[in-house]
Amino acid sequence: MRLVVDPIACDGRGLCAEALPELFTLDDWGFPIVVRDQLDERLEEEAAEVARLCPRLALRLVT
Amino acid sequence: MSTRDFTAAPVHHGPAGLGPAGLGPAGLGPAGPRDGRLPRILWPDGTPPDPSLATHLRRHGPPPSLSRNHELEQLWDEVLRAGVLGRGGAGFPLFSKLRSVPRAGRSPVVIANGTEGEPASDKDKVLLLQSPHLVLDGIDVAAALVGAARAFLVAPDEVLLSLGRALDERHRASSVPVHLVPAARGFVAGEASAVVSWIERGSALPRMTPPRLAHSGLSKRPTLVHNVETLAHLALVARHGADWYRQAGTPEEPGSMLATLSGACTHPGVREVEIGRPLVELLEIGGTDPDRLGAVLVGGYSAAWVRARDVASLALSRASLRGVGASLGAGIVAALPRERCGLVESSRVVDYLAGESAGQCGPCIFGLAAVAAELGALALRGQGDPGLLRRWTNQLDGRGACAHPDGVARFVRSTLEVFGAEVESHLAGWCTGTSDVPVLPVPGPRGR
Repeated sequence: MRLVVDPIACDGRGLCAEALPELFTLDDWGFPIVVRDQLDERLEEEAAEVARLCPRLALRLVT
Repeated sequence: MSTRDFTAAPVHHGPAGLGPAGLGPAGLGPAGPRDGRLPRILWPDGTPPDPSLATHLRRHGPPPSLSRNHELEQLWDEVLRAGVLGRGGAGFPLFSKLRSVPRAGRSPVVIANGTEGEPASDKDKVLLLQSPHLVLDGIDVAAALVGAARAFLVAPDEVLLSLGRALDERHRASSVPVHLVPAARGFVAGEASAVVSWIERGSALPRMTPPRLAHSGLSKRPTLVHNVETLAHLALVARHGADWYRQAGTPEEPGSMLATLSGACTHPGVREVEIGRPLVELLEIGGTDPDRLGAVLVGGYSAAWVRARDVASLALSRASLRGVGASLGAGIVAALPRERCGLVESSRVVDYLAGESAGQCGPCIFGLAAVAAELGALALRGQGDPGLLRRWTNQLDGRGACAHPDGVARFVRSTLEVFGAEVESHLAGWCTGTSDVPVLPVPGPRGR
């Protein structure tokens, strides 16, 4: 599994990068970049959680 | 481009590009296209284009019958062996794209994309004006292969009148109803998902994939979006077969291609050339003086600059251009004269591209504006930071719903590399350019 950002939905609130810094970095305009391609089991769970928390519902777990 | 040359010059088969014998009065007998020579799609040099159905049938012969299963299976085989690559810019294999449509379920839709949002490209317009029936044949063939019941042809205003006439001429001959749709304007309007959104909702906005258009596109139907030139090639393969088709081009990139020449040349316009021919040959046909050449933009505004000193060693093929980080894109070849500063020229283009963001994705909205401003500062005031530009372009790759930010990043990286000497002199406070005449076409601001 990996996490993708829907760039149309994303508003750059930054909650994801704050909650899960090992998975995200922010670009110079405050929008998240996913820094890890493949997720292990633990990160997968945390990624699913942060996807639920995103106020813009802009994160998707895909295979 | 102020002058448009609507004739096709063959690159390698003599001055007129006509077959040795057996040609009809206008150089159009079946022997012309049947022997695999160029031009296959456009019209021979010196021949006034005749877009009528009758002439089309005289030149290319009757369309193949595709009503029986074994005929379709044979055609699939020919398409696979022909190895046509898409002509819209990405160069995706035609066979794979056709195959990606699910065989069962709702009936698919075929969209022929003639939007041509690239300001330096004219080839789709010229193709639709000169050989509309080849494109319409290609729509029929694609529809037959995937079992589509409906098709759309998206084309700019300038060619709608003649396309309407072409559709009238063949209303009984076409196997699938074709709806003519005036194209949206704008650089990203030709992106496949933007074309779907334009037909569906009247706003040409790219959307995120997945889902792939082949699975869920127009009205959630499986949707094939093909560049109009790709469909013309498909029509040729269906008529003449893969062996004939592969007589031109390279083994990896077969066939001919349409190129739009502009910039420092005496004969700008659209040419049909064999893929794999030397780049310098095309420039010579356009009348570019090699001693006056500063650089060449190959592919388009999402592609890359090629140094003048590299031109002699390059061919018009993806494989060859890849070696210098360039691509064939949509067949744009724009010659920059030596006296014009490449940095200033690129800055004009990036300003335009930043304004062409669909405005949906944050990195594209803010990133492109930042990059354009920084490059402008460097080009016009010698104050921009090339390091910052490199950092920002690296942050743009893969960050949009469509590939617009990636394209701008590629163009800017290529600008910094190819015009590295100009960057240094601008930072030192002087510009190497002695001409203030703009070269690359950049449309003015427009309403959305």
